[in-house]
Amino acid sequence: MNNVLLIARRELAAYLRTMLGYIIVAVMLFILGVLFNAWAMSGTAKKSAEIIADFFTLASGCTLVTSAVLGMPLLAREREKGTIQLLFSAPVRDWEIILGKYLSALVFLMVYLGCSFYMPLLVMAYGKVSPGHLAAGYLGLLLVGSVGAAFGTFASALTKNQLVAVIISLVLVIALTVFWFVARITDRPLTDAVTAMAWYAHFTPFGAGLVHLKHVCYFALVSFVALFAATRVLEARRWT
Amino acid sequence: MISVEGLTKYYGENAAIKDLAFKISKGEVIGFLGLNGAGKSTTLKVLGCVLAPTSGRVTVDGYDVVENPHEIRKRIGYLPDTPPLYDEMTVGGYLDFVARLRGVAPHDTAARVKAIEEKTGLSAWHEAPIASLSHGYRQRVGVAQALVHNPQLLILDEPTGGLDPVQIVEMRELIKKLKGEHTILISSHILSEISQIVDRLLIIHNGEIVAQGTEEQLAGEAGGAGGVIELQLAGNAQKAIDAAKAVPQVSAVEMTKLDGDRVQLQVKAAADVRPALVRAMVAAQVDVLEVKKSHGRLEDIFLKITQKEGAA
Repeated sequence: MNNVLLIARRELAAYLRTMLGYIIVAVMLFILGVLFNAWAMSGTAKKSAEIIADFFTLASGCTLVTSAVLGMPLLAREREKGTIQLLFSAPVRDWEIILGKYLSALVFLMVYLGCSFYMPLLVMAYGKVSPGHLAAGYLGLLLVGSVGAAFGTFASALTKNQLVAVIISLVLVIALTVFWFVARITDRPLTDAVTAMAWYAHFTPFGAGLVHLKHVCYFALVSFVALFAATRVLEARRWT
Repeated sequence: MISVEGLTKYYGENAAIKDLAFKISKGEVIGFLGLNGAGKSTTLKVLGCVLAPTSGRVTVDGYDVVENPHEIRKRIGYLPDTPPLYDEMTVGGYLDFVARLRGVAPHDTAARVKAIEEKTGLSAWHEAPIASLSHGYRQRVGVAQALVHNPQLLILDEPTGGLDPVQIVEMRELIKKLKGEHTILISSHILSEISQIVDRLLIIHNGEIVAQGTEEQLAGEAGGAGGVIELQLAGNAQKAIDAAKAVPQVSAVEMTKLDGDRVQLQVKAAADVRPALVRAMVAAQVDVLEVKKSHGRLEDIFLKITQKEGAA
């Protein structure tokens, strides 16, 4: 576990010392701010809880994209620069490399989530919002971010081109989102199966301030599968 | 220390190395020589547990690279052909990270980093960002990261690559300092750069080991047991060539330079025939200005061995 933390700490420092992470977070915060102002805060009078639910809907999409893009350089840059050989020749397991990289992206994502907190704070200042609702919503965002970071890590393991890595991770994000739309045009029992795979269906309760274990398990399982696949890809790299 | 039997590595349909076999004893300094694309880096990557072999058996300190790569990684320091450096880190921060990654105890890390910075001449650069370093210093940091955990086996893939002549000498001196403390495997395609450092050479060509031994042994293989004798003479060139050819055990005579009556000959012989050559020249009334026994330049040896393999 020491190796996981060591790799995560180094990668997190790389996010903090280079501009890329800040740029991604700044752009996504700007987009979220514009959407929040244009959609959640506009229109007819709404209850504070409704505005917060709208905020979490918008933030979940932005968080998924942000985390997937943050995963872009994790392994692709290592392969591009040749530094992956340092990790490959060190007494470190492949899963430790993957987990360390993924954790760094997740921790850096918290910077983004922390910076987004001013929006619900504004609602709190002028309305009535339950702290439990906010806690459940941000837990949901973190879980959504976990899936995005795992997708980003997996995509980054597949190629040494960072642009290709970000395209692959966004394709995965879109694929997981499409299930939700597909569920709307299918009949039962297919609807239930497709809905079970759609991330947004599992996030909605968090946005409404509810935490269900089955939804937590869904995000944990999808993250695990993506990280497991990334580990296998990294193992395969030693043979090619 | 290292035992390699039938090592083969395929990239798709192409074999990068084929059926390699060699042994390296503890404390030896081995030069791994070959042209670009000969298979040196692939072999070193397998030994460094970066790449898994397609077939064959490789053991380092008794551990198999496929079955126990983790144990081997604890014992090796590996410098790839491009130093694996994180540009955004400082030299000290980077070495500290690598030391911890390679298993140095946290309370020993600072002392190890300090010691290795002193050894590699990086003490003044402890706080410098790696991005600001020159190519020569980046290469030093690369060597330092391979050494920071004091490994038994040091694998250096082209450590002199891209360095200027002064930096090459500095790198050579640095590696000389490491002799005796580690088993060292060092690769290069510029033979003269490492000939002064190594105990033994392995020559790889088209993915196969075509020769191995000391420089003298290889010179013997390439030019006869007596090596090559160079003669600087003054007089009739034809008389000198005829006289040299008449000396017993001489296998070949080649005129390498003719300037007025000054003649330079290269004589290959099965034994050291310098006294007989001088007597023959005196008898032929050719003045002898200089007699020099050389084993031939390493580049010549390498070219002869690889050409011989190509012809076969």
